[in-house]
Amino acid sequence: MKQLMLGNEAVARGLYEAGCAFVSSYPGTPSTEITEAIAKYSEVYAEWAPNEKVAMESAFGASLAGKRSFCGMKHVGLNVAADPLFTIAYTGVNAGMVIGVADDAGMHSSQNEQDSRHYARAAKIPMLEPADSAEAIEFARLAYDLSEQFDTPVLLKMCTRVSHSQSVVECGERVEAVKEYVKNPAKYIMMPGNAKKRHPVVEARTRALTEWAETAAINRVEDGSDHSRGIITSSTAYQYVKEVCGDRYPVLKLGMIWPMPEKKIRDFADSVDEVIVVEELESFIEAHCNALGVAVTGKAIFPVIDEFSQNLVAEKLGMAAPAAGAKVADAIPPRPPVMCAGCPHRGLFYTLAKNKITVLGDIGCYTLGAVAPLAAVDSVICMGASVSGAHGFVKALEGKADGKTVAVIGDSTFMHSGITGLVNVAYNESNATIIIVDNSITGMTGHQQNPTTGMNLKGDPCTKIDLETLCRAVGIRRVRVVDPYDLEQTETAIKEELAAQEPSVIISRRPCALLKYVKHNKPVTVDNDKCRSCKLCMKIGCPAISMADGKASIDNTLCTGCGVCTQLCHFGALNMAKEDC
Amino acid sequence: MKTQNIMIVGVGGQGSLLASKLLGRLLLTKGYDIKVSEVHGMSQRGGSVVTYVRFGDKVYSPVIDKGEADYIVSFELLEAARWTEYLKPNGKLVANTQQINPMPVITGAAQYPDNLAEKMKAAGIDVDAFDALSLAEQAGSTKAVNIVLMGHLSRSFDFTLEEWMEAIEKSVPPKFLELNKKAFMLGREA
Repeated sequence: MKQLMLGNEAVARGLYEAGCAFVSSYPGTPSTEITEAIAKYSEVYAEWAPNEKVAMESAFGASLAGKRSFCGMKHVGLNVAADPLFTIAYTGVNAGMVIGVADDAGMHSSQNEQDSRHYARAAKIPMLEPADSAEAIEFARLAYDLSEQFDTPVLLKMCTRVSHSQSVVECGERVEAVKEYVKNPAKYIMMPGNAKKRHPVVEARTRALTEWAETAAINRVEDGSDHSRGIITSSTAYQYVKEVCGDRYPVLKLGMIWPMPEKKIRDFADSVDEVIVVEELESFIEAHCNALGVAVTGKAIFPVIDEFSQNLVAEKLGMAAPAAGAKVADAIPPRPPVMCAGCPHRGLFYTLAKNKITVLGDIGCYTLGAVAPLAAVDSVICMGASVSGAHGFVKALEGKADGKTVAVIGDSTFMHSGITGLVNVAYNESNATIIIVDNSITGMTGHQQNPTTGMNLKGDPCTKIDLETLCRAVGIRRVRVVDPYDLEQTETAIKEELAAQEPSVIISRRPCALLKYVKHNKPVTVDNDKCRSCKLCMKIGCPAISMADGKASIDNTLCTGCGVCTQLCHFGALNMAKEDC
Repeated sequence: MKTQNIMIVGVGGQGSLLASKLLGRLLLTKGYDIKVSEVHGMSQRGGSVVTYVRFGDKVYSPVIDKGEADYIVSFELLEAARWTEYLKPNGKLVANTQQINPMPVITGAAQYPDNLAEKMKAAGIDVDAFDALSLAEQAGSTKAVNIVLMGHLSRSFDFTLEEWMEAIEKSVPPKFLELNKKAFMLGREA
């Protein structure tokens, strides 16, 4: 039966059909739904790991044990997991192992625009790249066959437009594929003596895979009527090429992006007058063609920045694109994402901005603390960088930054890679103050459980890591908890911990206002007679508050009655609704 | 059949995902090739959101580009104005007249342009603007604004009312079915 399926759900379906039995992932847009979808199949064990490195190593362990395994992550997550990646490439697998990675060209929800295809070449691991949901199912299944046939982990590379597009699929049946574990130190213990023997195996494997790529059905030539030009492409760029060119030019669509076929590329190039490579982000196919000595044109006309579209491809290929429609002359104000009304992070960032604290921020919803009018954040790099960055910042200024600098990191991000930074703070004794914003969920990626929530991916109760105990255990003596809805309590804690002559942790704890179990208060009321139009309540950037006819106005459909604004008003104009006080 | 392009635009949290789900269900029963593309993650936090729905004999690109949309369905007026360049010359804009101030307007850094519906009409755009929010309220919940808009859009297509209703039944929880059916009819008749 035909059905519409999201690309990420299709990956999950393909994993399921291939007999995948173990999944360990860390959420990250645009990869998250793969793991959420696979968790719904009772035959598959699935979990959220604290980070991508743990996920990949766990998936490797499951493969070693004889179960087909998967780990999923976004492009920057693969950086975290790069260490095991490069060595699992040497050991190979027992049962098939597939690594899902989703790039984010256009940076819809990411801090950089890196191209994960480079990892395939650098780690010498084959990479498949589906272009729609039907291919996502097909390639996920194929990935396991390749993994076992060639004794290698296989990268399955998604991107935002494939992950988050629904297209028509037909589902197949699940096969079970289980192997026995047999002890094999020479293969699985990568100390120098063994690794030296494995490296040639890896090189031979890449040669064998290159041979396979020559005849693989997923590297297909679609002939065209006009051989003045041929196009080599893959993934979503293929869709834009076909949208624009139809069947006019021959197309070599690469389903396996590493290793690439050599003869097939040469033969294709020989069949056309000129070859254009259409690929998003970096020169990868193009660079390989250049290395083969095949003349192609790619990044000379196509950008390395941002995602493509059909109009962009049409323009770059010199073909007709539709004219843009009409628009009004007025400037249309942007609508950037904002912290939700009732977000527990708001009170904290207001307090930090008010006290002019330098804030080394981190990855999550609370990155939005950087946006006006709060504008409370100084830097955001990657998962965990707030804690280690604050340590370096405070150390480097030799006391001058003491009392003025904090790290702000979420509960899930702290578990991901904040702990080791905190160990460094304790061990090397910097006078840093670390604020863990604990909203009891992984918020940004759409409410995933994590080790601090007491629930697992399948929704069952499980061990809850106690943040206070953990921070004390690594050597932080000053650990305290505040409610960020209480501005006075929050400010007092920040001032006291910044003044303390030793490292400290403040846990700013309040569940995400969007969680189903969080009860909202009645909307805040405005006493127009008392409102002096000072706009102090506007300084917290709450989307529920605006000025109407010169007076503060509350949007009752958005306000959760968190009461943070009522604590700002000097004139008693903003009040909690009586019943809930 | 030539590919038809529908864009659903609005503000994160307004329920555009349900609208595209409903369309997807309906189009699938008609045997079309379909692509529905949306962006998840950070842009959902009250930001500008867009969903692309494309259907026809064979659909390649998952997105709709400038000058390609047959229809834009907008949940909010400023968002309608943001995307009109994506309409075809004879494309149609179905817009809810609701206005939601973005943060730059709330903070006073920018102005919400006035009379946007009239200005879009003056620019030559085929604008069908109506108060879908009130109709949703009338149906029983402001959250049904997505279905009111789909009801209004349904007038532009040849699909039967039964086909639309069947797609609604498959897309909403049973306890909200009557509410949504009512919302759909209010939109269809508006």
